[in-house]
Amino acid sequence: MVRYAAKRIVIALLTVFTLATVTFFLSKLLPGDPFMNEKIPVSVQEKQRAYYGLDKPVVQQYFIYMGNLLKGDLGTSIKFVGRSVVDIIREFFPVSARLGLIALFFAEIIGILFGILCAQYRNRWPDYVLMVFAILGIALPSMVVGPLIRYVFGVQLRWLPVGGWGTWQQVIMPAFVLGLGTIAGNTRSMRACMLAVITQDYIKTARAKGMTPFRVVWKHELKNSLVPMLANLGPMIAGVLMGSFVVEQIFVIPGLGKHFVNAVSTLDYPLIMGLTIFYGSFLVVMNLLVDILYGFVDPRIRVK
Amino acid sequence: MQADRMDFSPLLGGTLTGEEMARPETTYLKDVWRTLRGRKTAVFSLVVLVLLVFMVLFGPMMNEYNYYSNDYAAANQGPSRVHWFGTDTLGRDLWTRVWVGGRVSLLIAILATIIPYAIGMLVGGISGYFGGKVDMFIMRLIDVLMGIPSLIYDILLIMVLGSGSISTLVVAFTITGWLGSARTTRGLVLQLKEREFVMASKTLGASPMRLILRHLLPNTLGIIVVGMTMTIPSVIFAEAFLSFIGLGITPPNPSWGQLIKEASEVFKQYPYRFIIPCIFVGLTMLCFNLLGDGLRDALDPRLRT
Amino acid sequence: MQHVLDVRDLAVSFFTYAGEVQAVRGVSWYLDSHETIAIVGESGCGKSVTIQTVMGLLQSPPGRVKAGSVLFDGREMLGLPARELRQMQGNRMSMIFQDPLSYLNPTMRVGEQIAESYILHNHVSRAEARQKVLDMMRLISFPEPERNMYVYPHQLSGGQRQRIMVAMALICGPEVLFADEPTTALDVTIQAQIIELMNELKEKVHTSIVLITHDLGVVANMAQRIYVMYAGQIVERGSARDIFYRPRHPYTWGLLASVPRLDQKQRRNFTFIPGTPPDLLSPPKGCAFAARCPYAMAACASFDPEEAAFEGDGHYARCFLYHKGAEAMLQKAQKERGIEA
Repeated sequence: MVRYAAKRIVIALLTVFTLATVTFFLSKLLPGDPFMNEKIPVSVQEKQRAYYGLDKPVVQQYFIYMGNLLKGDLGTSIKFVGRSVVDIIREFFPVSARLGLIALFFAEIIGILFGILCAQYRNRWPDYVLMVFAILGIALPSMVVGPLIRYVFGVQLRWLPVGGWGTWQQVIMPAFVLGLGTIAGNTRSMRACMLAVITQDYIKTARAKGMTPFRVVWKHELKNSLVPMLANLGPMIAGVLMGSFVVEQIFVIPGLGKHFVNAVSTLDYPLIMGLTIFYGSFLVVMNLLVDILYGFVDPRIRVK
Repeated sequence: MQADRMDFSPLLGGTLTGEEMARPETTYLKDVWRTLRGRKTAVFSLVVLVLLVFMVLFGPMMNEYNYYSNDYAAANQGPSRVHWFGTDTLGRDLWTRVWVGGRVSLLIAILATIIPYAIGMLVGGISGYFGGKVDMFIMRLIDVLMGIPSLIYDILLIMVLGSGSISTLVVAFTITGWLGSARTTRGLVLQLKEREFVMASKTLGASPMRLILRHLLPNTLGIIVVGMTMTIPSVIFAEAFLSFIGLGITPPNPSWGQLIKEASEVFKQYPYRFIIPCIFVGLTMLCFNLLGDGLRDALDPRLRT
Repeated sequence: MQHVLDVRDLAVSFFTYAGEVQAVRGVSWYLDSHETIAIVGESGCGKSVTIQTVMGLLQSPPGRVKAGSVLFDGREMLGLPARELRQMQGNRMSMIFQDPLSYLNPTMRVGEQIAESYILHNHVSRAEARQKVLDMMRLISFPEPERNMYVYPHQLSGGQRQRIMVAMALICGPEVLFADEPTTALDVTIQAQIIELMNELKEKVHTSIVLITHDLGVVANMAQRIYVMYAGQIVERGSARDIFYRPRHPYTWGLLASVPRLDQKQRRNFTFIPGTPPDLLSPPKGCAFAARCPYAMAACASFDPEEAAFEGDGHYARCFLYHKGAEAMLQKAQKERGIEA
């Protein structure tokens, strides 16, 4: 187990390092330059470049950049003058994180429940109804569902606020849109996992002991199907994170995703780089935690 | 019993044979096709996809409009006998734009699936076949790169490559997309390598490349095809996602993602403009998913119930 | 005397997309208390389906019992309500399977898996169950039970896993134990240990055993009576002594000839039975073994043979060789096998 965890941690560190390096050199290849502006005198442009350290050789810039990263400095935004990227993350990420957590929490539970129902009633009507729902959830991306339900429940029916952030009513629609893909994906994979477990020999052993079908599900099928489901958790977190870019835009939520999209359109390179590294490292850490959790849950990995 | 009428003479050899073929002969592909045909949803999806491809190719030729000409006199019209899907803010014919956009979206989806898969299969095949240090190196590299969230890097790559064209998107998706198929292929090759038919042709002196290309990779194709079918919708999603955050195909060129993005800004006034491309995106993703499910069941006999 | 288990004319079919597979075609056998019987045959002959049906584990659909009855202690088991069936399963009858690794839950400690049916059927506290598990593990002389009840199946060797299965099956003291190829997945040396263990426990726990195997070597050391099954039917039955020393059915001859034996002085060729069993999607008319039988006669291809009785303790074979018209072929067969009439 210790070896397993150590290996994961080393890979995660290497990934973060690669991520930062690639981001840095890609940014050097970016076309254009935020300081190139005909209205500003060349001397001022030079000064600005020097202020951001852009006049030094690339390799030297790289080491300065990596050194700053180690100190927890992700650079300074250009459009939010004088504000550091870390500052921006600190202000806006909590909003995204809260929305994402709510969405993920409910979506995981609902998706797993749906998957269990599908597997237990396979090829009967509850299975068909839920699978149609799951397939639609996968086939309809958030930029389709978002505007649609916002129009129906917000504009036409006026049941829920069309956007903004602060009250619990404002959370419902964005969390639903954000979690829809997770619900759908979990329903499908939980169904598949459970069907795979149901045909395992040890389920026959459990039945031969004279256990009720419910007990067989609860004591033998559930844990064995949830173990492989953990592997899905990483991609699900990534999906919710990416989804926040779209959902925060649609429902006008002041989160970090919205700022990332704005940074892309305003070519705020340092902010894009900083947020890319932040999002990347965040997901790497999440995946690492999931991997280690996986090791705890599956005795075949734990006891080695 | 009618003992008197029974004949106890020896049964002539060949009258009954023990080695009779128990069931009618069937090839693998025939078997796959038979199972697939039995799945109504998969067949239905295949038909819909063929229709969609047909419309994407020939739809724009069905009226006299093109996708780029502005006609302010005809701006913001609803669906009518002249403009079947209506027009947009600049008076462009949406029927034409939807099908040309579909052409772009599907082309990206197909290229950005096939190319990364081809690369991944080759890398995975080599890694799995040779094993040892080569495998070790490639797998650690993939482990490290897998940890990098691809969509975020697609954003950065597209900004570097200069946004807006089909090739940019395909290149970006290829750079981030080959890892999964490489890992899958390697796993499959590792299993296949130990099988008898590979041993057999190895002892007959087949070269490594021949073994990989002729024996190992073809036997992974089933699972790979299923994987590809499932990847296409995710590429369509990625394209729509990038369009939504302003990094997709550059206007006036349409793509489904681009059309959805444009229309979502005027959703309240002209909902049909949003709903029409959404239906096609949803339908395409739905059909590829269902087809993938059907193929998986057909190709993997162990999962049959 | 009433049999513990009495199976009569059992017929089971599977309904698949290709049609009806007649896996078991009218099989009768019985089991007395403190007895071990063996059902022997090639894979696919219907022996596993038979005991799964008796045990109430037949997957339905696609499986369906078409005819027959199963009396456990005089009580009809087929069509028993699920609730009552569950009270029997694991309690009064239990089962051990072929591959102990795949038949044990990989994410559950072995002690817990052994305890499970004891808690279920006896409604005892966990502490009591724990004590019982320790007793069982000592009974099968499992090393360090206090420690090993907390390990997972993958940490044990194949033989140890199978012993856990045995402990699991016997913890409620069942009257009948079904053993489906209990030694097939194990090394030869371990096989002997498991056989030894089962014979020993049979006395200690007072159970009767139905052994299912294709390996006559295993049978010789365990069973008092043997049923030889082929293509869903019982083709020969009798005491172990009769089957081993006075076999009557050509299929039994073939089975015995394919067992390597050390006690035979004369060097015999190691033989096998040519051909494959018939497809039970469309069972052949007449004797199912005719196509592979070296002594097949015209009658065998068109009529189903009835059981012929022999001297000895309930020794029967389903074969036309012993019909009064077939003396010529019988003599030929006996001459070829080098046996006096």
